[in-house]
Amino acid sequence: MSETFTQPMMNRPGVPQVSLLTVTSNSPVARQVYRMTLKGDGVQAMVEPGQFVHIKCGSSASPLLRRPLSICDVDRKKRELTIIYRVEGEGTRYLSTLQSEDMVDVLGPLGNGFPLGNRDKADRVLIVGGGVGVPPLYYLSKCLSKRGARVTHILGFNSQEDSFLTDDFHQLGETYVTTMDGSLGHKGIVTDIMAHWPPESWQAVYACGPLPMLKAIEQHMAGAYQTEVYLSLERRMGCGIGACLACVCHTPDSAISYKKVCTDGPVFKLGEVIL
Amino acid sequence: MTTSAKRRLEVQLGPVRLKNPVMPASGCFGFGREYSRFYALDRLGAIAIKATTKEPRFGNPTPRVAETPAGMLNAIGLQNPGLEAVLEQELPWLAQFDVPVIANIAGSTVDDYVYVAEKISTAPNVAALELNISCPNVKCGGIAFGTDPHIAAQLTKAVKGVSQVPVFVKLSPNVSNIVAIATAVEEAGADGLSMINTLLGMRIDLKTKQPILANGSGGLSGPAIKPVAIRMIYEVSQHVSIPIIGMGGIQSAEDVVEFFLAGASAVAIGTANFVDPYICPKIIDELQSLLDRMGVEYIHDLTGMGWKHGSAKA
Repeated sequence: MSETFTQPMMNRPGVPQVSLLTVTSNSPVARQVYRMTLKGDGVQAMVEPGQFVHIKCGSSASPLLRRPLSICDVDRKKRELTIIYRVEGEGTRYLSTLQSEDMVDVLGPLGNGFPLGNRDKADRVLIVGGGVGVPPLYYLSKCLSKRGARVTHILGFNSQEDSFLTDDFHQLGETYVTTMDGSLGHKGIVTDIMAHWPPESWQAVYACGPLPMLKAIEQHMAGAYQTEVYLSLERRMGCGIGACLACVCHTPDSAISYKKVCTDGPVFKLGEVIL
Repeated sequence: MTTSAKRRLEVQLGPVRLKNPVMPASGCFGFGREYSRFYALDRLGAIAIKATTKEPRFGNPTPRVAETPAGMLNAIGLQNPGLEAVLEQELPWLAQFDVPVIANIAGSTVDDYVYVAEKISTAPNVAALELNISCPNVKCGGIAFGTDPHIAAQLTKAVKGVSQVPVFVKLSPNVSNIVAIATAVEEAGADGLSMINTLLGMRIDLKTKQPILANGSGGLSGPAIKPVAIRMIYEVSQHVSIPIIGMGGIQSAEDVVEFFLAGASAVAIGTANFVDPYICPKIIDELQSLLDRMGVEYIHDLTGMGWKHGSAKA
């Protein structure tokens, strides 16, 4: 890499850039799940909840592609960014070995996050997360809570050992936890809890998690036309900036119309894309 | 900057002159819009745009990419907005930059190629065509035209007959005798070659026991294929007299020089754009200092300098 090379558009909020961030902490928070905090000037550009960063895992050609990871929390005063990731392959395994003071090559912020709209204290908002879909919802809930919205959370995990951030969500508002094996909270899935309220009870619903969960939420909310529903999708990505067309999904409009998860999403309004 | 310093990266691709030899490869740069958020596209030697077909195409189902050691597999399937949208929206948008466009074109029949070539070659900023006869990810067209020397030659001739600009042919490495295809398209009138497209590959997921790509197989790109590209360019460049745009796993100025030594006259950067959106201007900057260190005045002097062993000659 050229030392003299300068990025012409550095530090404009919202404009993606490549920055080297310093690891300030990196430790397990659940089975195979780690929380990493990264510090540096590049964090100033990370503004919207639900956006993601694309991280280079190592300096060699293997693994080659960056890994898209959602932004869990941002502290612009401290210039610090939090990500929570599950170790699944070579890239995330590399990340799990990083220690304080190590440097990480981060491209971001990328994508369109969750629209906060005009949410205020008159609003009842539901936030639903599943597994590693939970992290971006934390920063979202913080932003909504700051505006005074009454936020209810439902967080789904496979088991207690896989659960994380539940106490943090409790501090922001009413929080329900479900696990598949019943080892923590309700035994079952997030839509079991959603069924306790009529879908119209919410001014907005925000969700992120595995595809079957999002499909179940789509079905549950189908008739609630007054409620704004936003779903954050996950797809294998190449570039993360909209050029490679690896992460496209169909829209209901026609056979050739499409949206890119990386730049049109990852957050979509219910019905905007075919799940 | 002295005139000589300014000119040291200039290259001549037949009738097309580029201010520097670095361009993003077709399919890895869209139509430039995304990367224009990172740097001014005028810095590039040229831009090879996403393969354009007569009609819009959605491409293959997802997943469309999979990682492999030092590379990636893709099966995008030539997704593009179609000729009309490219002529009305993408090329006029690109015209704001002082950069020649190499229009990569694809089709399912010879008539499709001819139709697209005739129309797109009249766009004022299109400096050359690149015939995509090597995409491994589409059932009709693509690679079917690139594996038989006679068919490749016929297509080249047909497109040359209607094109207003020079025609480059992008060759597939998925053949047993690439020299035969290269010489056939040269005889048919090709003005240059682009080498290489991706290598056919596949990965299988241990959990699902199924191929990772929805398409099954895909095209392997990235540093993993660089030695294959170098070997093929080394071989072909000694059998043809038309210029070659080299590509396949280039990540640095050193890689660019290696492609020149093998016989390339310009290079295209593909997968590396996904890893580092600034890779093309970075490499252009680095080439200057690398030439200094090597004591080379003009980059074009390096083309084919690696041939002295001559062992690739059949």
